[in-house]
Amino acid sequence: MSAISPRYRTLLAILALVILPGLVMPSTFYYRIGALVFISAIAVIGLNLLMGYAGQVSLGHAGFFAIGGYACAILPARYGTDPLLAALAGIVLAGLLAFAVGRPILRLRGHYLAVGTLGLGLLIGMVLTNEVWLTGGPDGMQVQRATVFGVRLRSAEHWYWISGTIMVLCAWIAANLFDSPTGRALRALRDSMVAAEVMGIRPSRYKLIVFVISAVYAAIAGTMLALFNGLVTPDNASFLHSVELVTMVVIGGMGSLIGSIVGAAVLIILPQVLTIFHEYETLLLGILIILFMLFLRQGIAPGLAGLFKGRRA
Amino acid sequence: MGDLLQFAVSGLTVGSVYALVALGFTLIYNASEVVNFAQGEFVMIGGMATVFLYALGLPLPVAALLAVVLAVVVGLMLHTFVIAPARGADAVTLIILTIGASLVIRGAVPILYDKQFHKLPGFSGEDPIRLFGAAIQPQAFWVIGGMILVVLALHFFLNHTRFGRAVIATSVSPMAAKLVGINTALVVGFSFAVSAGVGALAGILVTPVTLTSYDVGTILALKGFAAAVLGGIGSPVGAVLGGLLVGMLEALSAGLISSSYKDAAAFITIILVLLVMPNGLAGLKHIERV
Repeated sequence: MSAISPRYRTLLAILALVILPGLVMPSTFYYRIGALVFISAIAVIGLNLLMGYAGQVSLGHAGFFAIGGYACAILPARYGTDPLLAALAGIVLAGLLAFAVGRPILRLRGHYLAVGTLGLGLLIGMVLTNEVWLTGGPDGMQVQRATVFGVRLRSAEHWYWISGTIMVLCAWIAANLFDSPTGRALRALRDSMVAAEVMGIRPSRYKLIVFVISAVYAAIAGTMLALFNGLVTPDNASFLHSVELVTMVVIGGMGSLIGSIVGAAVLIILPQVLTIFHEYETLLLGILIILFMLFLRQGIAPGLAGLFKGRRA
Repeated sequence: MGDLLQFAVSGLTVGSVYALVALGFTLIYNASEVVNFAQGEFVMIGGMATVFLYALGLPLPVAALLAVVLAVVVGLMLHTFVIAPARGADAVTLIILTIGASLVIRGAVPILYDKQFHKLPGFSGEDPIRLFGAAIQPQAFWVIGGMILVVLALHFFLNHTRFGRAVIATSVSPMAAKLVGINTALVVGFSFAVSAGVGALAGILVTPVTLTSYDVGTILALKGFAAAVLGGIGSPVGAVLGGLLVGMLEALSAGLISSSYKDAAAFITIILVLLVMPNGLAGLKHIERV
């Protein structure tokens, strides 16, 4: 295996994570869960670039997620745009917004940045809830199904493969970014902003780049969830959703690509499993999050990898 | 004039609760650098436990006292079983741990009790007091007064008692505090206990005005955190100012502009203030050590 660089080993593992389960899944329900995991994973990979590589926390990424989703709902319904074109518009819009607000907001650090982004996410959520004429208000909006080459995309199996493919592409781009000069600059910033600055890296520029990329990833995930579910609601932009995305990043492992997918999988699948415990669901979810963080402090993926390496040595 | 006074009083009332939550954040943050997102759950425990015990037939003051004790016990458990074992973990990991803890607390309440909204009777009756054309609930004075008392008591305790000064020393430098013989583990545990108690007290005072249910903690944690950061995280004075300011902005924009955008004014202000003063109102200077 040593002929293959670690980057491609990771990508092959991710590819296997998509293909192998996809071949053996017994029912639509499983494909549905799989698609939800991949869709969340896209947003989580983007947020992980921001948190794990650049060391900046955002508590507002659900806002970008929702912008993607609502573009898919609003443009086709109100202006007759093709759903895929609408998705593209939503992704671009989220990127532009991130670019516009990124520079001032990213001047904030640590907890101040967390509150700045939290406010941004809340404001987006408030507009989506209150501008009923445009967004359908608190009940949300129906989303027209997308049609590709005459096939209406609505089955869970379709979406499993679509979201899986796009997730692998997004992971590939993220992996390349990580190994590029930009990625090195970002890691330098995370480890020590002052040292990076002394080396001639302009923090504001690189932080802005990764902030925009992470917003675009979130918006891609948002458009896909909208097209897959056929429904968007302001909950997509809620504080809890932002927190969920951050939790996925941290539980999976900051700075780890596989970890992003593992984190998304854990937080999507666990609640499904825990529903059999009815009213104990939230309680158990909380206990499991605590146990994961106490015993695999680096996150599940790096934590487990560390355990195996420790055994072998 | 009457309207404005009305809005101001209701702003000060919710603002007092935010201030107490923000103060709780600050105490824990100063002692341990943990941003405790379970802070809102203490407020919920205070309100819900009082409702529960009061319904059992206990007198209100006894029920309230027991509720505070319960919250303190939960705060100590949070420290012992969740935060202390994670010593040395990075800041985001600690935040996720406290989010996990808040899920546990929020998940436990419906199992132990229920998911309904609950109210407590006003401590001094329900008849509004007429003042310059505004109708003010007497409970508002309890909330605002309670907040002022807690702030004064904490101020006295921190600055004028031996243990309080140990708390301040720990927040300035845990290492140096340890070296001069301060039991910093005790200080951290103590700050969790006091934060929990302060939060629970806020919950008890405000329940007659705003009602309570198992899930009120999240939004309070969010507003309290924003308030603490607005004030300048780590500064108790800033936390109280931040809380009152967020409450006032909310009430004034709800009254004068539109209640559906009441949070917008608060958060736009917070973002603008932070852009001008990146270290919050109290402006504790952040010095990067290389």
